Amino acid sequence: MNLIERRVHRRFERAARVTDERLGVMGAIKWAMRYVFPDHWSFLLGEIALYSFIVLVATGIFLTLYYVPGASQVIYRGSYPLLQGEQMSEAYRSVLNLSTTVPAGLLFRQVHHWAADVFIAAIVLHLMRVFFTGACRKPRELNYFIGLTMLMLAILEGFAGYSLVDDLLSGMGLAIAYSVAMSIPLVGGQLSTLIWGGPFPGSDSFLPRLEIVHVLLIPAALAVLISMHLAIIMRQHHSQFPGPGRRERNVVGTPMWPAYALRSIGLLLAVAGGLFLLGGLVQVNPIWQWGPYHPYLSENGAQPDWYIGWLIGALRLMPNWELVIAGRTVIPNPFWGGAAFPLLVFGVMFAWPAIERRVTHDVRRHDLLDRPRDRPLRTAIGAAFLSWVVIVFAVGSTDRIFYRLGISYTTQIHVWRVGIWVIPILVFLATRSICRSLQRSGAHPLRAWQGEVVRRRPDGEVYVVADAVADQAQAEPAEPPVGTVPGSGDERPPAL
Amino acid sequence: MNRLSRLLGLLVAARATMRAARQRPQPPPSRPESDFDPRRRVVPSNRRAETAVAVLLLLAGLFGVGFTAVYVALDANTQLLGIAIGGALCLLAAAAIVAGKLVVPQETAVEERGPLLDEHRVETVVEVAEAGGEGISRRRLLIGAGGVCGAALATAAATPLASLGPTLSGLHETPWARGIRLLDDQGRPYLAGDIQVGAFYTALPEHSDPEAFGAGLLVVRLPANFLHLPGARRDWAPDGIVAYSKICPHAGCAISLYRYPTYAPTSQQPAFTCPCHYSTFLPGEGGRVVFGPAGRSLPQLPLMVDSQGHLRAAGRFHEDIGPSWWGVHRAES
Repeated sequence: MNLIERRVHRRFERAARVTDERLGVMGAIKWAMRYVFPDHWSFLLGEIALYSFIVLVATGIFLTLYYVPGASQVIYRGSYPLLQGEQMSEAYRSVLNLSTTVPAGLLFRQVHHWAADVFIAAIVLHLMRVFFTGACRKPRELNYFIGLTMLMLAILEGFAGYSLVDDLLSGMGLAIAYSVAMSIPLVGGQLSTLIWGGPFPGSDSFLPRLEIVHVLLIPAALAVLISMHLAIIMRQHHSQFPGPGRRERNVVGTPMWPAYALRSIGLLLAVAGGLFLLGGLVQVNPIWQWGPYHPYLSENGAQPDWYIGWLIGALRLMPNWELVIAGRTVIPNPFWGGAAFPLLVFGVMFAWPAIERRVTHDVRRHDLLDRPRDRPLRTAIGAAFLSWVVIVFAVGSTDRIFYRLGISYTTQIHVWRVGIWVIPILVFLATRSICRSLQRSGAHPLRAWQGEVVRRRPDGEVYVVADAVADQAQAEPAEPPVGTVPGSGDERPPAL
Repeated sequence: MNRLSRLLGLLVAARATMRAARQRPQPPPSRPESDFDPRRRVVPSNRRAETAVAVLLLLAGLFGVGFTAVYVALDANTQLLGIAIGGALCLLAAAAIVAGKLVVPQETAVEERGPLLDEHRVETVVEVAEAGGEGISRRRLLIGAGGVCGAALATAAATPLASLGPTLSGLHETPWARGIRLLDDQGRPYLAGDIQVGAFYTALPEHSDPEAFGAGLLVVRLPANFLHLPGARRDWAPDGIVAYSKICPHAGCAISLYRYPTYAPTSQQPAFTCPCHYSTFLPGEGGRVVFGPAGRSLPQLPLMVDSQGHLRAAGRFHEDIGPSWWGVHRAES
């Protein structure tokens, strides 16, 4: 240790002492620094969602400085020539000005929009990882429910966000949302006139209300739920995939300090960097092209952001059933696709841990994850359910398929009304059989290890090793020689 | 009664037999666990990686300076700003990842998971909690009084919601009534002669707010062979001109597609289609739904032509415009 290093060390020690004398937190800090993160790429999906949320908050703060939630109609006299003299709401004008005249305004708006798309995509992929590896079993049910709640809130938040702009596309989206709210049996009329402050397009209080929902209520709820989600993870520790030395009662991986912290900060920066590159270079939601919203206008070929696609698909696919009893429209049509369908999807996902417990009678605590193939039934049910939702999602783009490929829209709808029930069954059967054959062959579909491990006993007999995982664990030396190539610490056996 | 109880008994017996017959499936066995110890710690001492991190950090700083430069000197060009700040963050990310993988010690550690459940602690907490109620004799009274108080305060807290509304009354109203002229989006009144066969026109009411949900109308002229209005609506279409609410009764979008046959013998009838969910309505048949999710037909507005040849509404809508709800007034059923 030279002089400078010694001096740095002493300062560091002093700072730690001063902190501990006052707060007594060094125990907790030590625990956090030694907290072990299992190494697997799929564990990064949740982190990507978290980091997108951070980018959303940062860019969102910038946007709130310029947004005006005004519904009153004004004449545009700004710098964008194609909308000169157009009548539009104050809200739309403020976003138009943000996008055309505020320096870096368009960059921040586009980054915000991209971040919302990535945020929800990361949550959905993370949810799939959790489901297919059985991470939603005991003791993690509560965290799974919190995650599902956050997904619902994130979809609402995204919808509220792009509806604030009051361009033609978002106005159409709000008209549909209003219709879905109206369609709720018994209370729909009261509820939606309550939210909108009167019949559509609503009173002047509607946009300010929507803004508060978007910039305060839902983000605050998300922040609280994220904190709970992380606190519960820290309490229970991460689950991990099985492997050499990994048991139900331990966690094997990289400690937080320093390697994992650096890598995770790297991921945060990479997510932010990627989003800024997207926001700067890839145009998204060019609102000046959509024009202002008026209830008597609409545009053709309108598509919502991807996370609303499954709802527009459900609304399109539904036959025109309406339950009318004695002149009362008990269930108006938009209820099926816009409310019943998403409630059913989330309801099934919320019920899943209880369903699985009922079927397997498994009430033990699980900290080792399943490989999807090892639970063919769960994997097949999940894949079938996913295909059901994905088909509805795909139906949301049938008009684009008609436009691009010329396949009749009506034909597509008629085909999918059958396909929606047939394809999930086929997916179920195919997935189950793939899982079983993978179980038998032991092959990894991506990192294909197709061979067998053959060994010779000291007495000369040659035999085939049945379990390559256990074999590698035995073959590996307990203390590897110091000075091996860095980065080889997370080797996994070929069969995983 | 006797028979009913016997049936019940039979059902209970059947259920018991079924339960006994069905073997409870055992939970799958746990995995075998190896004794392999994965712990390891490697100190890389990698001078080249340290240099690479330093270079990446400096490059990231350069891009950061670039952001300010673009903002100041290049009129805050969105693409260049994105490249500058995105590039800076990506380079910084690369620096952090290289440092995390090649510069700092690489460690695989094992942390034991303690049990979550501690029977003793559970018992203690229950004991302590219950001890808090020691010596209270009129427990029920207290709980009841608390319940009454809570319900009253919850109601009081919810009461201000009523000041938000709801204002259901406007739901049945539109700006249209007998005598109101049809204007185009520039405010000029439509003449009956303006309406050409094969095109559709958007009309708005004179002297009222065009932003009202029920303001927009679709106006088309149909030749006699396509006009088959229900009997009661015979005189709603002067000179074959019909008007419908522009708002789709499915989900409230403005209808903006009009299909008109280009070759009558093989084409289908003229139809309006909503671009949101593709509900399709026949203007020649009183707005009947022929495809898509709309649960009721498109509301029709009776028309007349005044002495100057202007189009005017001949009455109100006979049913509600906009999406259906519990209290919607429907024309049919």
